[in-house]
Amino acid sequence: MLYREAGQFKTSYTADQAIFPIVQDRWFILAVLLVAYLVVPFVADDYFFEVVLIPFLVFSMAAIGLNLLLGYAGQLSLGTGAFMGLGAFMSYKLLTAFPDLNLIVVFLLAGLVTAAVGLLFGIPSLRIKGFYLAVSTLAAQFLLGWMFTKVEWFYNYNPSGTILTPPREMLGILVTSPEASPAVKYLVALTMVAVFALAAKNIVRSRIGRSWMAIRDMDIAAEIIGFRPMRTKLTAFAVSSFYVGVAGAMLLCLDLDAAEGAEAFGINISFNVLFMVIIGGLGSILGSFLGAAFITLVPVVLTNAPQLFGIAMPTDVQKHLEVMIFGGLIIYFLIVEPHGFARLWQIGKEKLRVWPFPY
Amino acid sequence: MELLHAFFIAPFVEMWEFPVFFVEVIINGLLTGVMYSLVALGFVLIFKASGVFNFSQGVMVLFAALTLVGLMERGVPVWLAMILTMMVMVALAFAVERLMLRPLVNQEHIILFMATIGLTYFLEGFGETLWGSNVKPLDVGIPTDSFDFHGVLLNKFDLYAAGIGAVLVAGLAIFFHKTPIGRALRAVADDHQAAMSVGIPLKTIWIIVWSVAGIVAMVAGIMWGGKSGVQFSLSLIALKALPVLILGGFTSVPGAIIGGLIIGVGEKIAEIYWGPLVGGAIENWFAYVLALCFLLFRPQGLFGERIIERV
Repeated sequence: MLYREAGQFKTSYTADQAIFPIVQDRWFILAVLLVAYLVVPFVADDYFFEVVLIPFLVFSMAAIGLNLLLGYAGQLSLGTGAFMGLGAFMSYKLLTAFPDLNLIVVFLLAGLVTAAVGLLFGIPSLRIKGFYLAVSTLAAQFLLGWMFTKVEWFYNYNPSGTILTPPREMLGILVTSPEASPAVKYLVALTMVAVFALAAKNIVRSRIGRSWMAIRDMDIAAEIIGFRPMRTKLTAFAVSSFYVGVAGAMLLCLDLDAAEGAEAFGINISFNVLFMVIIGGLGSILGSFLGAAFITLVPVVLTNAPQLFGIAMPTDVQKHLEVMIFGGLIIYFLIVEPHGFARLWQIGKEKLRVWPFPY
Repeated sequence: MELLHAFFIAPFVEMWEFPVFFVEVIINGLLTGVMYSLVALGFVLIFKASGVFNFSQGVMVLFAALTLVGLMERGVPVWLAMILTMMVMVALAFAVERLMLRPLVNQEHIILFMATIGLTYFLEGFGETLWGSNVKPLDVGIPTDSFDFHGVLLNKFDLYAAGIGAVLVAGLAIFFHKTPIGRALRAVADDHQAAMSVGIPLKTIWIIVWSVAGIVAMVAGIMWGGKSGVQFSLSLIALKALPVLILGGFTSVPGAIIGGLIIGVGEKIAEIYWGPLVGGAIENWFAYVLALCFLLFRPQGLFGERIIERV
């Protein structure tokens, strides 16, 4: 009744090719953005910003990046954690080397460096496929992780090996460093994610995105009808690594403030981002957001649940139980809906279209 | 120039000048390689028979070792503890088949892979909730002292590990080739549907493979646990076994063995002769880079089945 496209006539090609062709979708996105910009900064407290909202936005960015690679181009990578780390370390190097550089420019440059390295590690994908490729991307994970601790250039030769974000301002407002207000960090992250999600949505509808999908569906057939596998696969790796690198830079500057190489960007991050993509839905930008929300929220809920119900238990037992329940939940969700939240969302929309008269 | 000399000449000179030490390094590498092979073997078994890339093999090693140690701490004799642990691993195989694989049958490989990562988290939490997370020594009565063999220093424990590994592989080879169940397993590995159409029960086969992989995990757990104590880091050896796997090929048992030996030796040589030049601790990634270089020439691994693609 509320959600149907009956009566919405398209009178031009532009209207037909709009990103959100249905009016209700446009209003929905607009409403979400308005709430995110105008309501959330005033109602959320610092804890909520730091533990839920900012990590959610940062990891949405990373999940979009991996989704471009895995969901659209069909190349499985397990090196996401290290690429986020590379973005983070590059942003740190840029921030300390060029104090006057705009923060946004720093993010973009960090992303570009990561894209170049991602391109390099994407080269094996031309010959290696499937799980063989997945395991070989672990080479990137461990090689980069090792470099973050052993190559002192990355952390400016300081003896502790940790990197701290220096304070930087944008438009006269402090954005990075622990003293900055979480609300400001949240707004910066939100803007970045909104812009890049829109860009991703457009990339996958364009010629590049369509060539990725052709390669994903069957690379030999795609090659025969004229897609160049080398160019297509390498652009997928480059664009995906760019997103992941920017996410890493945001993770350091807006969320963590301080990080230690191998610890903060280990293989667990890779797996978590992969979970976000799979549980959210392969080949769906919206799914990346839903998956990121799920994976960031579950640990927070699990950590706080025992206090909520007044159950006291030793912290190490609780930690183990958390890991266990997290794993169980993931298996459960994969069984219930292997195509992820994006599929549930789609089913929901179909139901809504025929509501309240389904027959 | 000096750097080039340090990288390309000095290590070889060192090898030439101290041949006994070099032999020792190689033998140690081979013995470590056997341990990697043991873990990789579990992966191969499951991948061959069910096409599932079972990431949880490493944590199954940890889980088995934790169970064994936990039982022994409560005063159960070694032989009984081993039998009980085996039974636990078989029960785990039943549970996995019933609760995870059956509902996910016919899903894409990546979904099954992710499910096994979920299983990894679950088992890790479960094992540590049950048995605690502190480091526990594991002693099943294998001597650990070193002895001198023509000037080469060897550890008895490693030799026992190699021997047990060899026995295990031989046993598995006989099991696969001579018994009716083994034939059924190979049939399933070749073609699921054809195997089902001649009346091989797929579900039973899966339970058997996961049980066998569980028992292999227990043996690996005893070996690794005896060497470095039973602790969480045991589950990380799965990450060591993955390059072995891609080097040897996912579907080949001999590949897992030979891949393990190559990685073990390569890793030790690189760590000892080239490691100090770049700051050490290169063991973590060297195996992957080595495997990657092999893969560029043989994308299916050394012994994997040739990948034939048709449109």
